Amino acid sequence: MKILVCISHVPDTTSKINFTDGDTKFDTNGVQFVINPNDEFGLTRAMWFKEKQGASVDVVNVGGAETEPTLRKALAIGADSAIRVNTPATDGYQVAKELAKVVKDGEYDLVIAGRESIDYNGGMVPGMLAQLIKANFVNNCISLEIEGEKAKAIREIDGGKETLTASLPLVIGGQKGLVEESDLRIPNMRGIMQARKKPLNVVEPAETATKTEAVKFEKPAPKGDVKLIDPDNLDELIDLLHNEAKAI
Amino acid sequence: MSVLVYIESEEGKFKKASYEVASYAKEVAGMMGTSVTAITFNAEDVSELGTYGVDKVLKVSNEKLKNFNAEAYSDAIKQAAEKEGSKVVVLSQSANSKYLAPLLAVQLEAGYASNVVAVPESTDPFTVQRTAFTNKAFNFTKIDTDVKVIGLSKNAFGIKEVQGDAAAEDFSPSLSEEDFSVNVESVDKATNKVTIADAEVVVSGGRGLKGPENWGMIEEMADILGAATACSKPVSDMGWRPHSEHVGQTGKPVASNLYIAVGISGAIQHLAGINAAKTKVVINNDPEAPFFKAADYGIVGDAFEVVPKLNEKLKEFKEKNA
Ligand SMILES: Cc1cc2nc3c(=O)[nH]c(=O)nc-3n(C[C@H](O)[C@H](O)[C@H](O)COP(=O)(O)OP(=O)(O)OC[C@H]3O[C@@H](n4cnc5c(N)ncnc54)[C@H](O)[C@@H]3O)c2cc1C
Repeated sequence: MKILVCISHVPDTTSKINFTDGDTKFDTNGVQFVINPNDEFGLTRAMWFKEKQGASVDVVNVGGAETEPTLRKALAIGADSAIRVNTPATDGYQVAKELAKVVKDGEYDLVIAGRESIDYNGGMVPGMLAQLIKANFVNNCISLEIEGEKAKAIREIDGGKETLTASLPLVIGGQKGLVEESDLRIPNMRGIMQARKKPLNVVEPAETATKTEAVKFEKPAPKGDVKLIDPDNLDELIDLLHNEAKAI
Repeated sequence: MSVLVYIESEEGKFKKASYEVASYAKEVAGMMGTSVTAITFNAEDVSELGTYGVDKVLKVSNEKLKNFNAEAYSDAIKQAAEKEGSKVVVLSQSANSKYLAPLLAVQLEAGYASNVVAVPESTDPFTVQRTAFTNKAFNFTKIDTDVKVIGLSKNAFGIKEVQGDAAAEDFSPSLSEEDFSVNVESVDKATNKVTIADAEVVVSGGRGLKGPENWGMIEEMADILGAATACSKPVSDMGWRPHSEHVGQTGKPVASNLYIAVGISGAIQHLAGINAAKTKVVINNDPEAPFFKAADYGIVGDAFEVVPKLNEKLKEFKEKNA
């Protein structure tokens, strides 16, 4: 089985979010970038397939040269080779279209992406990719088993779960649950050394037009101070919730 | 060229978020000088949709569509949009809508903006405000395509009632075998429990509660308020509560009217997931807990003393205001 794991290069979860150029660009100053958490679960699941069932695992990112350390980290975790599509990621559709080309060229059976990236939270790349390559698609995937050509997946729905079956080729939008947090792998020295020798292929993008454009950013208005309530005066809280906040 | 809105239902009944997307579609249709068409799947009585601004309802009745199926639903909505010449399609941000929207966008060659929180800033160019960086910022997105798909965040617009009648029309999209190549084998839903996605009130507990055996008082509060229960990430990681209750950047988003956090420190990743909640109440024994900076109302105190007392007061309040 040939597996492709899509890796989004995102600001670390603790990053302070700021903008530059008249609030039109994300300020990367002092920001640490990491593998998107949802993708990390997917990558670990792919490692599991590789070790237990036999599979090759490639990782891919659409982005500039600055994303290579993130791809190297994925190689250090155990992916066999990496592909970087050499163009900045500007919109979900453009990314999906570039990925579609990589999937077709590489004839992958299974594509694991994250349900969303934690920067733009679009939640659109996996679904768009699946539709573009006419593969089956399962979103919010929290469990995946594969036997031959058949996949059995569990996805989270509002208020429960759903079990689905589909045949390969398949694209999933994965999240926590695909593997447990405690199963996530931290690259060790050996992995890091090996990663240096593994191929990281840079491919040029197809000319893809975008469909949307992020024109400007804004930070939420600063919040007023918290109203502290004496624990011996809980009636005040109930009164405020009822009359001021109209929340109960 | 009406605005098309996908109205979700469950066992024939509309979900509350559907009234919000209908209200939003009405507003957008007003800006564009057009009407609102809704599409429903296996919903019986659709007349009440008129109250939320829908002019016409395309009723799909098909046993095969009894269970949600992203590919088939998307195919049907696409055909409805084409039939109506819709330039804008509006969906909620439920798990199901988020599943089908990207498929639909590709089929319609449309630009898709998710997590939209306001009516378009302008319709020409078509620019909408959406959340980004998991609620730590907003992003204004311009959609350049002829057809646009909009995913509206919950509680971002509200429900607006109007006077109106919805005319119903049967609609039979043509579906192929390929639409059903992903099969739903079984659905496992916690019945009679309010879900985080639908809840108006969410009561959440963190590591400060010390152990799963102390969740009784959290569940009691949720019971009194008709709320959903939630938790911070370490709580679900340790198995005190199910994963489905984990809220935050890597968990579920919360957009309820009220969020009550008990024994949660308010780490940046937790706050990111609950920023969209309207009113936040924090109970924590550490006056320095970062959550107090994000909260509207705070109580510095021991959860094990405050929560049982608060539950009694809430019960009294509910009885008086029943
Ligand atoms: C990649 C990544 C992603 C993450 N994503 C998320 C996420 O999505 N959601 C999330 O929640 N976290 C997330 N985290 C974890 C986050 O950083 C925090 O560790 C977590 O939110 C802390 O949970 P907590 O507040 O319950 O626990 P703690 O930090 O242990 O805080 C417990 C709080 O309870 C208070 N307390 C203790 N005893 C009492 C008492 N008797 N009465 C009242 N208060 C008491 C303490 O003062 C303290 O403030 C993520 C972390 C990483 C690295």
